[in-house]
Amino acid sequence: MALRISLNINGTEHGVDLEDPRPTLLDVLRERIGLTGTKKGCDRGQCGACTVLVDGRRVNSCLTLAVSLDGADITTVEGLADGDTLHPVQAAFIQNDGFQCGYCTPGQIMSAVGLLSETGGQASAEAIREGMSGNLCRCGAYAGIQDAVLEAQANIAKAGKS
Amino acid sequence: MADTPMVAAHHVRLGSNSGQSMTRKDGLAKVTGKANYAADNRPEGLLHAVFAGASIARGRVTLLDTKAALAHPGVVHVMTPENTPALSQDPDEKTTPFTARIDVLQHNDVRYAGQPIAVVVAETLEAAIEGARLIKAEYDEQPARIGFDDGEAFTPEAVGISTPPKFATGDLEAQRKQAASSVSVVVETPLQYHNAMEPHAVVAAWDGDKLTVDMPNQAIGLAKPGIANYFGIPAENVTLRSPYLGGGFGSKAVLFGPQMLGILAARELKRPVKLALKRDQMFGPVQHRSATRQTVRYDIDADNRLLAFEHQANVSTSSFDNWLDGAANAGLSLYATPAISVAHSGTRFDTGTPGAMRAPGIATGSAVIECAIDMAAEKAGMDPLEFRLHNYAEKDHSNGKPYSAKALRECYETAANAFGWTDRPPKPGQMRDEDGLLTGWGMGTSIFHAPFFPAKARAVLRKDGTARAETSGADMGQGAWTALWQMAADGLGMAADDIDFDIGHSDLPDGSVAGGSAHTASAGGALFAAGNDVIRQLAEIATKDSDSPLFGAGNERLIGENGRLFKASDPSVGEPYTAILERAGIDEIEGQGRGNRDKASTETYAMFSHGAVFAEVKVDPDLYQVRVTRLIGAFAAGRIINPRLAKSQLTGGMIWGMSFALHEEGVHDKRTGRPLNNDFAGYHIPVLADVPHVEALLVDEDDPHVNDLGVKGVGELGITGTVGAIANAVWHAIGVRTPRYPIKIEDLLKGAEALKA
Ligand code: FES
Ligand code: FES
Repeated sequence: MALRISLNINGTEHGVDLEDPRPTLLDVLRERIGLTGTKKGCDRGQCGACTVLVDGRRVNSCLTLAVSLDGADITTVEGLADGDTLHPVQAAFIQNDGFQCGYCTPGQIMSAVGLLSETGGQASAEAIREGMSGNLCRCGAYAGIQDAVLEAQANIAKAGKS
Repeated sequence: MADTPMVAAHHVRLGSNSGQSMTRKDGLAKVTGKANYAADNRPEGLLHAVFAGASIARGRVTLLDTKAALAHPGVVHVMTPENTPALSQDPDEKTTPFTARIDVLQHNDVRYAGQPIAVVVAETLEAAIEGARLIKAEYDEQPARIGFDDGEAFTPEAVGISTPPKFATGDLEAQRKQAASSVSVVVETPLQYHNAMEPHAVVAAWDGDKLTVDMPNQAIGLAKPGIANYFGIPAENVTLRSPYLGGGFGSKAVLFGPQMLGILAARELKRPVKLALKRDQMFGPVQHRSATRQTVRYDIDADNRLLAFEHQANVSTSSFDNWLDGAANAGLSLYATPAISVAHSGTRFDTGTPGAMRAPGIATGSAVIECAIDMAAEKAGMDPLEFRLHNYAEKDHSNGKPYSAKALRECYETAANAFGWTDRPPKPGQMRDEDGLLTGWGMGTSIFHAPFFPAKARAVLRKDGTARAETSGADMGQGAWTALWQMAADGLGMAADDIDFDIGHSDLPDGSVAGGSAHTASAGGALFAAGNDVIRQLAEIATKDSDSPLFGAGNERLIGENGRLFKASDPSVGEPYTAILERAGIDEIEGQGRGNRDKASTETYAMFSHGAVFAEVKVDPDLYQVRVTRLIGAFAAGRIINPRLAKSQLTGGMIWGMSFALHEEGVHDKRTGRPLNNDFAGYHIPVLADVPHVEALLVDEDDPHVNDLGVKGVGELGITGTVGAIANAVWHAIGVRTPRYPIKIEDLLKGAEALKA
């Protein structure tokens, strides 16, 4: 049961041949397309390491069958920066030391980008803590993660006004 | 190694890079998805391997049906004990103290649930996963032993890697006779699984008898010969790459069965193979923290001074190997105690073998000790902080040695002030917040030893004024890419940006193990020494060169800084490194280094990092749900190379302490021995919503003895102290102490009912 789907990933069209409907978006990204920035921490929707944006919304790519996404727009951590200019969330993660080992980080960053668009730049610290709680960090980089998301939100607001 | 220079005298002055809060050198790679973890590698022709695990915890596989798996489209091979070749070295042999007995399909015995019993290799990951699911096994099953009451306790030969299981000093009985009172507490701690976010993985590719392995590893210098031994090839044939580890916490320091199986499959099939553990497979073959059942007793005199300290720990290990958590050694050097008696026993569980997990021994033991100390303080009618200061250890009471440095008083003061401890009411149940939640404050002391390993490093200065510095090293999140780079730059007397820095693969000088909180001191010391060796050679050239302003200054102290060599006595006399090399017509100078700890210092001093942690919890008076609302610690760990990263390590450790106190518990089914909660839905670790406020403060400490650079570790310190601080805060909120970790609602309810009765 060969299937062909088309995914727009970070602005580039990718035709993907699937021999059956099993491959998840995560495994397609990592093992077939070679976009390995998105990480696998649990493969069952419990850690958030695999978070990407699908049509602007954050999803756990390990829980999403690629075959269900024909024609979708997907943004991964590789697609956030504009050339050498980092996305404000990426820059804030570096500045606030929002990671240690970095393995949860692509998921944290994509989740933060999704959260800030969901909340329209109005998220309180508490809302950020709740809204980021689907993303586990075993290193315990949480203090930096919270500060990073708050700072990114402020910087995005500033850039929007100027 | 006669040609390897040591760093000169105490106390070496580091340059301008160290001490700065640089952002992470690997930060850009990590926020853009470019950081390359082992499982991200996809060599040409890659096959995927997934292992099937045993569904019993003890017994034998009597039948393995692989037909369905082999028939599944895409599956190319199934490895079982029947067709798996013997390794060149028996995987049950312990060739070094760091070797674990591992399961590599060499027999049909099952020693724990989840042990690999077959490996399915396929063209796609999906086919390999399905193939592993299709493996059918029949067993001759023995009853599983899970828990301290299921087996006979034995006296182990050693705990940790090689620490004696028993220790005593002073006259316990004589001291007890003088005691006015005593406290005693029995507490259990559960099996805990490391669960680094990155599951263990390997990508193996053979080229004849040469092997390239991508595998996250904390100890490349040990892993390389270890792999070579298993596969019967010379160590130089193994290339091991581990530039980034997605967390380690002790669980990526030794070689494990699944990864060796991946390498074996690649050799069998003559194609590269990737094998990554699934999350549920992280609860068996890749170590965990021993469960413990501990008793701690303190005897106190009429002046509220501790007289005697007794600590006994029954510790779990596996049925087939001997790693035991050294919980009862945690209090040896902590408080002033004239008589000390500690002892371990072991109990064999049908689990995988435990191993070092962040702050092994100390985390587990101090979780109980800090509660006992608070109980003693309560008995003495003293504030917990006042009581700890009253019993402050001015020397290490286990051996009489002075501390190489100990700024614990300053830690207590700094953290207590930041927390606002002075307002604490002495009795429990006195504070409620505006929402009616019972509020409690507690504290604990942090301690972690400061070991030092023999790391090596190399530095090369080039004639264009740039340099290269390298050691095998490992960054599992602690910040080695950054902190070690800063130290390398200071050794060379250059700006960090002018140095190509490399760690994380086996072609580099052995940076020793990233563990024991010793990596920055050990590998950083080596890098600094390697840079110094370059400068020494440079100075030799310059002082013999009549065209150099430094000519004849051979007996003077010369300093290298910002790429310029000059006289310490007159900084205006000097010249750039490039000028010296240019005139001498030399392309580059290579320096070798290893860090140094003075032998006499080791014999003279007790060496530890210290800290104090204060916790605020809120407990729902009806539901007994516990939330940690504030966690503030202050820590003294010698010279801090990068405060930004050190704080991250410390707050990360404190969150591990919170996790120990309130969340983590590996539960195994008593009947089958199988892990019941081997996923992140069941095995709880804190999320961001659990951590509204965590803060680590750094206290200055000059340690002139611990090593030439005065650097100690911070990776494991934060977890110690925090566990007890939270338990003590819970007691302060509602007056209940629970008999086991994690602290559970049902135990609090029971305790509260008992209080009322
Ligand atoms: S890998 Fe998808 S949520 Fe964990
Ligand atoms: S940075 Fe290591 S898991 Fe989050």
